[in-house]
Amino acid sequence: MGIQTETVTPTKTGLREALKRFWKPYSRIPLLGWLVGALAAVLLELIVGNQFGRLLGMSKAPALLGLVIIMKSPLLIPSALAYVLVIYLLPVGIIARVGTSLANRAAAFLYQANTGLSAIIHLALFYAVLHLWSNLSDYRLLVVKLTLIAIIITLSLNVVNGYMGEFSCSHPGFLALGAYTASIFTIVLFVNENRFGDALLPPALGPFLFPIGLILGGIFAAVGALLVAIPSFRTRGDYLAIISLAFMFIVLSLFNNLEFVGGPRGLSNQPDYANLPTVFIWTVLAVWIINNFVRSTIGKALNAVRDGELAASTMTVDTRRTKMTAFLFSAFWAGIAGGLFAHIIRYINPGTFGIRKLAEVLAMVYLGGLNSVAGSIVGAVGFNLMGEALRPLEILKWIIIPVILILLMIFRPTGLIAFTELDPIALLKPKAMTNEGGDHVAA
Amino acid sequence: MQSFLQNIVNALQWGSFYALIAIGYSMVYGVLMLFNFAHGDVFMVGAYIGFFVSSGLLALAGTGAIALPPGVMLGLVLVLTIIISMFLNSLVGMLVERIGYRPLRGAPRASAAITGLMIGIILETGNLAIFGAQRLSFPALIESTTFQFLGVSITNKKILIVFVSILLTLALHQFIRRTKWGMAMRAMAFDFVVVPLMGISINKIALLTFAIGSALAAAAGILFGVAYPVLDPYMGILFGWKAFVAAILGGRGSILGAMLAGFLMAFIEIFSVMIFPSTMRDLIVFSVILIILTFRPHGFFGEPYSAQMRL
Repeated sequence: MGIQTETVTPTKTGLREALKRFWKPYSRIPLLGWLVGALAAVLLELIVGNQFGRLLGMSKAPALLGLVIIMKSPLLIPSALAYVLVIYLLPVGIIARVGTSLANRAAAFLYQANTGLSAIIHLALFYAVLHLWSNLSDYRLLVVKLTLIAIIITLSLNVVNGYMGEFSCSHPGFLALGAYTASIFTIVLFVNENRFGDALLPPALGPFLFPIGLILGGIFAAVGALLVAIPSFRTRGDYLAIISLAFMFIVLSLFNNLEFVGGPRGLSNQPDYANLPTVFIWTVLAVWIINNFVRSTIGKALNAVRDGELAASTMTVDTRRTKMTAFLFSAFWAGIAGGLFAHIIRYINPGTFGIRKLAEVLAMVYLGGLNSVAGSIVGAVGFNLMGEALRPLEILKWIIIPVILILLMIFRPTGLIAFTELDPIALLKPKAMTNEGGDHVAA
Repeated sequence: MQSFLQNIVNALQWGSFYALIAIGYSMVYGVLMLFNFAHGDVFMVGAYIGFFVSSGLLALAGTGAIALPPGVMLGLVLVLTIIISMFLNSLVGMLVERIGYRPLRGAPRASAAITGLMIGIILETGNLAIFGAQRLSFPALIESTTFQFLGVSITNKKILIVFVSILLTLALHQFIRRTKWGMAMRAMAFDFVVVPLMGISINKIALLTFAIGSALAAAAGILFGVAYPVLDPYMGILFGWKAFVAAILGGRGSILGAMLAGFLMAFIEIFSVMIFPSTMRDLIVFSVILIILTFRPHGFFGEPYSAQMRL
């Protein structure tokens, strides 16, 4: 491949070519190799991170890949860069590079032995990386959890806004429904407090029954979604956007008026059930199921409804059922995400799920790209990291983020990675072992 | 009965704000098929511009350079404030169009919606960053007098607000109906693929649309400041969204429809507060709108349009 482009455009021998040549050996590293490298890097950080950070003049290891430091104290940027280079990039690069053939052989063995097992091992490694990395500070843990939830939210909204092509504004409403339902479930059953009285069940059972509360939240959100889904049979586009917006305001207003969930004062005392493993497992489930959903027949039917409802219905697509399924499915996952969110922050009030939340959620979807699972993940992670990195700027943060998004919309109107399909099995595959010279392989 | 009549008067006043803002949404939506989500914040900017213009004019009048009776002077200040602020805010609107919407002609409409939302956030935050969190109080431009009529108290402010808003709406309606520019806008709303081929510049029409909408928003902002003299950076959000809903309810591009829907919105709000607790207001308003749109999906005066008709 590389040699081909060289011969076609011999003049292009600048930085780009150098980068390509540099990257070439790394492109043969399978996912497994990267994960092992990352694991080594976070282990290294766990052992020497704080000392090394102090050596470079920082109070401790930089919390978020040095991103926060860039804005907080620009003088420390060189040491933050050095830290990232020494603690993250070098170990990952060296270990992944050295272990390339070993990792490829292992990945090939696992892939042929049992794909499911291979997937589980990859996920376990990834979880280990996240766990060790977030072990260093509570701030990191919170950021990781919120980012994972943002992935669920973005993916679920992408089902309606991207795959079905509607402009739904009701997502904060679904989040609120899920959050309140799950919170009431856990508080009534497992917490002694004033509003709902003593716990009905021993609190030890709580973490095990927590998924039931989350699913209940999802179901409530899905039932609420009927209010948007049924009008969508008759109307599309802009008017549906208004209906979904009205739905969101109705839900918020409802929770503002329900005195038994605290009204505008909100609901607190949620038990601390949403630890990292729980959030991680739910996120993996969401990504897996939503990815399968959009790649299934019904996912294709969604695209057909988006591109031409009449044409789709003549091609035997049951448009009503398709729309209904998409709305309920999307709302269900939003409800789950809301429930998890409530148990991470452990305080919710109706204001949490307002217009600002809507702008955030929409921004994540359109930043990452419509009609794309990978795009949603990139959008959610990118938006959250950007938000955390700009946090030291306080109020100016909300000028810079919109400016970035406007520029992005002007230069890439469909988002970063739009209209792609994600094949998780392909990620597990070993990279083709080219011959060691590596230059004369036909594509 | 008295409280009923009183509520009608209040609803007329409240609806005037909605109507003036909704027209801005409706015009942009009619001509360009875009939601200008920044419009609520353009209203807020208009109110702030009105604040500074009127303060400046009052200071100028206070120097005694021009000798006029105080009543006439205040009236003159009010009229000048409205005119100057409408002009300045139309520049703001044109800037919004130029930065946020023109580069996105031909992009998916949702992208334009995102830029609109983001410009709105920039306007709010920029305001907060510049003027801080304190609330400005709008200078009193009218000495309030209250008339009693059938047991209903009507202030001259209310009469002025309703009168000015209806006057502006009718003037705009005539402009759209009778002038060449208005005709160009109507043509653009009808078909923006063919009309540019007839020598009408879509960019000019878009700028004009945003300018007019923002000028009306500035008028609404000043009238709001006259009635409720407290300004804060987030005042445009809820107003904007409700006026937006009213604009859609009125039907695509229909000026009078947007005005009537704005008044309807205010009537529903005021009367739901009269009957139910005031915290239920949004719940009832949006439920009614949900029901109306379920049974009349294209608003009151709008024509069904094909989904293909997109810019």
